[in-house]
Amino acid sequence: MKTQLKAGVAALSLMAATTFAADIRIDGFPDYDTQIEAIKGGLTEHNVTMLKNNHGDHHTKLKTNLATGSGAGDVVLIDVGFVGSFVNAGGFVDLSSQFGPMADNYADYAVAAGKGNDGKQYAVPVDLGPGVIYFRRDYMEDMGYDLNEVMTDWDTYIDYGRELKEKDILLIGNASAVANAYYRFNVGEGEGLYFDADGESLVTSERFVRAFELAKTIREEGLDGNISEWTEDWYAGFREGKFATQMSGAWLLGHLKNWIAPDNSGLWGVSHLPSGIYGTWGGSYLAIPKQASNPEAAWDLIEYMISEDIQMAGFENIAAFPAHTGTYDDPAFEEPIEYLRGQKARLMFAEIAENIIPVTPMKGDLVAEDLVNVALDKVLNDGVSIEKALADAERQIKRRVR
Amino acid sequence: MYPPRRCPKLEETNRSKRQRFLNKFTPYGFLSPYLIIYGVFGIFPVFFMVYLSFHMWNPVEGLGSMEFVGFENYVLGLTDPTLWQTMWNTLVMAVLSGVPQHLVALPMAYLLVMLGSRARHWFTTAYFLPYITSTVAVSMIFYVMYSKDSGIINAVLAQLADGSLTSWLFGGLKDVLPLGWVQENSLIRYSVSFVVWWKYVGFNIVIYTAGLATINPDLYEAATIDGANSWQRFTRVSLPLLKPFIFFGVTLTIIGNMNLFDEPYVLTVGGQFAQTAGKTISNYLYQIAWEWLDMGSAAAISWILFVVIGIFTGLYFWFFGRQGLGDE
Repeated sequence: MKTQLKAGVAALSLMAATTFAADIRIDGFPDYDTQIEAIKGGLTEHNVTMLKNNHGDHHTKLKTNLATGSGAGDVVLIDVGFVGSFVNAGGFVDLSSQFGPMADNYADYAVAAGKGNDGKQYAVPVDLGPGVIYFRRDYMEDMGYDLNEVMTDWDTYIDYGRELKEKDILLIGNASAVANAYYRFNVGEGEGLYFDADGESLVTSERFVRAFELAKTIREEGLDGNISEWTEDWYAGFREGKFATQMSGAWLLGHLKNWIAPDNSGLWGVSHLPSGIYGTWGGSYLAIPKQASNPEAAWDLIEYMISEDIQMAGFENIAAFPAHTGTYDDPAFEEPIEYLRGQKARLMFAEIAENIIPVTPMKGDLVAEDLVNVALDKVLNDGVSIEKALADAERQIKRRVR
Repeated sequence: MYPPRRCPKLEETNRSKRQRFLNKFTPYGFLSPYLIIYGVFGIFPVFFMVYLSFHMWNPVEGLGSMEFVGFENYVLGLTDPTLWQTMWNTLVMAVLSGVPQHLVALPMAYLLVMLGSRARHWFTTAYFLPYITSTVAVSMIFYVMYSKDSGIINAVLAQLADGSLTSWLFGGLKDVLPLGWVQENSLIRYSVSFVVWWKYVGFNIVIYTAGLATINPDLYEAATIDGANSWQRFTRVSLPLLKPFIFFGVTLTIIGNMNLFDEPYVLTVGGQFAQTAGKTISNYLYQIAWEWLDMGSAAAISWILFVVIGIFTGLYFWFFGRQGLGDE
């Protein structure tokens, strides 16, 4: 609240009325509706509205808007997974001159990912996704387990799941999240998630094989619920305490606290991933489509949203981890988080963010992501061998990414 | 005093010319809203798609980014194992949902006609309702019912498996419950097919009741006098005379089911679940176009689908067309 007020005052003094008042619309996905609602009062010279769609629909709509050249908002939110295919699309306003002077204040790897092949800045990072694992404290320390021991490496993590099984608690909602975490968080320097620097597929590499093996072990031993993520059953699983851990970006906290399981405050905690690996999971960008009717006013909104105070407000409101590195020594990072039973989790998020190895977004990411997920589905649900599933996926990726 | 005479002949020809012009073009004027809309949304896309299928195009990059690739999209499509897998899925679901539609609709229509006109009107309306209800809405309701942990179907099955009267029959289910109706590759085709069957069976009932109404009651009377029971009247009188209607209904089912998109799309949550067995060819070409942003390839695949549907319909016409259309 305090931060928002401060933000409002800061914004007022900052925006020395360079543009005329305008109605601008930002298109985005949850939880940014909560954030916009909370902060839009601070941008007094423009009237901001938000068009919210769920994550998938929002990006589908955006693709249609770009293809037809109409219908997009003045500012659009873009998930990091789509940035690779969007920044070179030519549908966005070049923000280099506005953003360039302030780029040093933002996480390097995220700034780089928002640039097109021509070196121009088409998308500006607004939040990052430090990869973490959330865990139920009542199934951990309250039951006498030691967090550090459980998270020593992936084998101790699975051992913990075996003990939970005897108490009829699932280790995780869906084993596929473990595979996802493993291949997302062990990316080598300069590599993409699925491709190396030269665009060659990496999906049959050891990183994916091991990731699939972990998930397979968990599934075969019945340690997960085979509950699909982002479905009603999954939300219910959180509310009813069916599973003990969930790995994700730091941002999952915002969803848990605001709408998935608001009543479970104090039952959760957050930790580094097993083996202490660092990586990103998610993150969002802001961009202005060329078709926007108010590009100047749209930039005012972006500038406002990536300003230090509003970045902090986003962190408090929806746990969107700031892309603005200047915020990391803010005293608010020391504040305990009630939902996590008073844990000072932000210090950990910041530490992870500073140690993240950049993952380069690649042109074929969307195709590869789908095909790797199909392969994982085949391994976990249809008993196809890991080698065959990954080899099939790689063959198809090579064909499809032209 | 008379006003100066104008040449009546000239006036006449002018007027009749205008009249002729109006007579000729007025109908087109009234038709034009339809013609324009059909041209823009019906005819243009067909030709644009032909053009598109020979190009590589990422729609997000605008029209200027089209690149001519010749037959590459067709080669890529025809040698794509996923295309054949989704084609097979489509076929299986088309048969699983299509055959029972007609097997149920035919006797059902016959029963309705026997019940008399008042009851028939009520029932056909009721059976027709699913057909005019939005497919997405219907599929979402079924999605909720199919839900693994909170769905009514699994809840009822669990009750039956536990119930003292029913456990002898359903007790075996205990080991497999809760069933992932839309998550499991082994179940998804049945789950989708059931929804399709439920939605379209009413449409076929309406076709068949209409067909039965065209049959001269004298024929039934004659058959009754000859000692035919109602089963015989159905198989010997109604069925042969319904052939053109069956032919029409089955043709629509073949075309409709090969284009199956909405039901599997909603039930698998946009292709997240059971992708191996639950994805139809329409779902796949949507994924290529809008998720992988490869419009050219998707256009080529839809032409491949068009040819396949053409072949199936052609074969059906070849084998049953003459009988079906009634000119034996």
